[in-house]
Amino acid sequence: MEDRVDPIHQFQIHNYVDFGTIGGVHIAFTNSALFMFIIIGLITGFLTLATSGHALVPGRFQSLAEISYEFVANMLRESAGTEGMRFFPFVFSVFMFVLFANVLGLFPYFFTVTSHIVITAGLSVTIILLVIIYGFYRNGLHFLGLFVPKGVPGYLMPLVVAIEVMSFLSRPISLSVRLFANMLAGHITLKVFASFILMLSAWGVAGWLGAVLPFAMTVALTALEALVAFLQAYVFAILTCMYLNDALHPSH
Amino acid sequence: MEQAIIDAGKYIGAGMACLGMGGAGIGLGSLFGNYLAGAIRNPSAADGQFGRLIFGFAVTEALGIFSLLIALLLIFAV
Repeated sequence: MEDRVDPIHQFQIHNYVDFGTIGGVHIAFTNSALFMFIIIGLITGFLTLATSGHALVPGRFQSLAEISYEFVANMLRESAGTEGMRFFPFVFSVFMFVLFANVLGLFPYFFTVTSHIVITAGLSVTIILLVIIYGFYRNGLHFLGLFVPKGVPGYLMPLVVAIEVMSFLSRPISLSVRLFANMLAGHITLKVFASFILMLSAWGVAGWLGAVLPFAMTVALTALEALVAFLQAYVFAILTCMYLNDALHPSH
Repeated sequence: MEQAIIDAGKYIGAGMACLGMGGAGIGLGSLFGNYLAGAIRNPSAADGQFGRLIFGFAVTEALGIFSLLIALLLIFAV
């Protein structure tokens, strides 16, 4: 056994198939890419299986699919109105991808796709670009009214507009860092507590008895991580809905 | 010697970063405390606000996680 415990070993990227350097960019099929394919396959398989029956009284899988549809649809309707439903396929895809990535990452030896900031930043930049492009396409220059709140006295206006612009620009950062940091910190904490078990059990029988405590903590933390995995997918999706609402109704 | 100073700075920094989690703790306490106070006054409205409670929990908790992340990065990644 190695002396030094290395809880960030789980986040290493391995190249499975190397395609070499194309146009100055190193391209390879990695474990991250493999797990993204697995996630897409699982979601597609689940939804295809669930909707193949068309039963009037839904079975297990069909009711699961209906619950997830209703959940995302209600979230979108409440925060962006019925007009927001045109973005339902997008929001549903983002929610299911993040949820499956988070939950799949909880299994031992599985790679957590969302624990890398490049993935979450890619998602959040896509969302913000969609908001900006659709906002200008739909509202024209009225979209800039997003940065001008009503009922602010004139002398405060430059300050308020600057703050609004700053808060808009920090959205992709906070959206991506929240998901990435939650996943990263949660998984590192799990591995740190798991390594306490190893260190204690090296002391013989007394250590084994003592190792019960970190083991119980690891079990409890796994339950918490399962909650966090769902919660962060929910928060990611509901913030997407709120930002899309800004594109649909930019006036404050 | 230089490496020892770097290590010391690393661990002191990690400890200081964890202080930030106290702020998230205060925020979560106020969040759940106020939710409970409101829920006891008007139990019938409590279930309808549960989604907002969870949303506030996630947004507040994320700030504590950020400082924990800095601490963990200092210990294991730097």
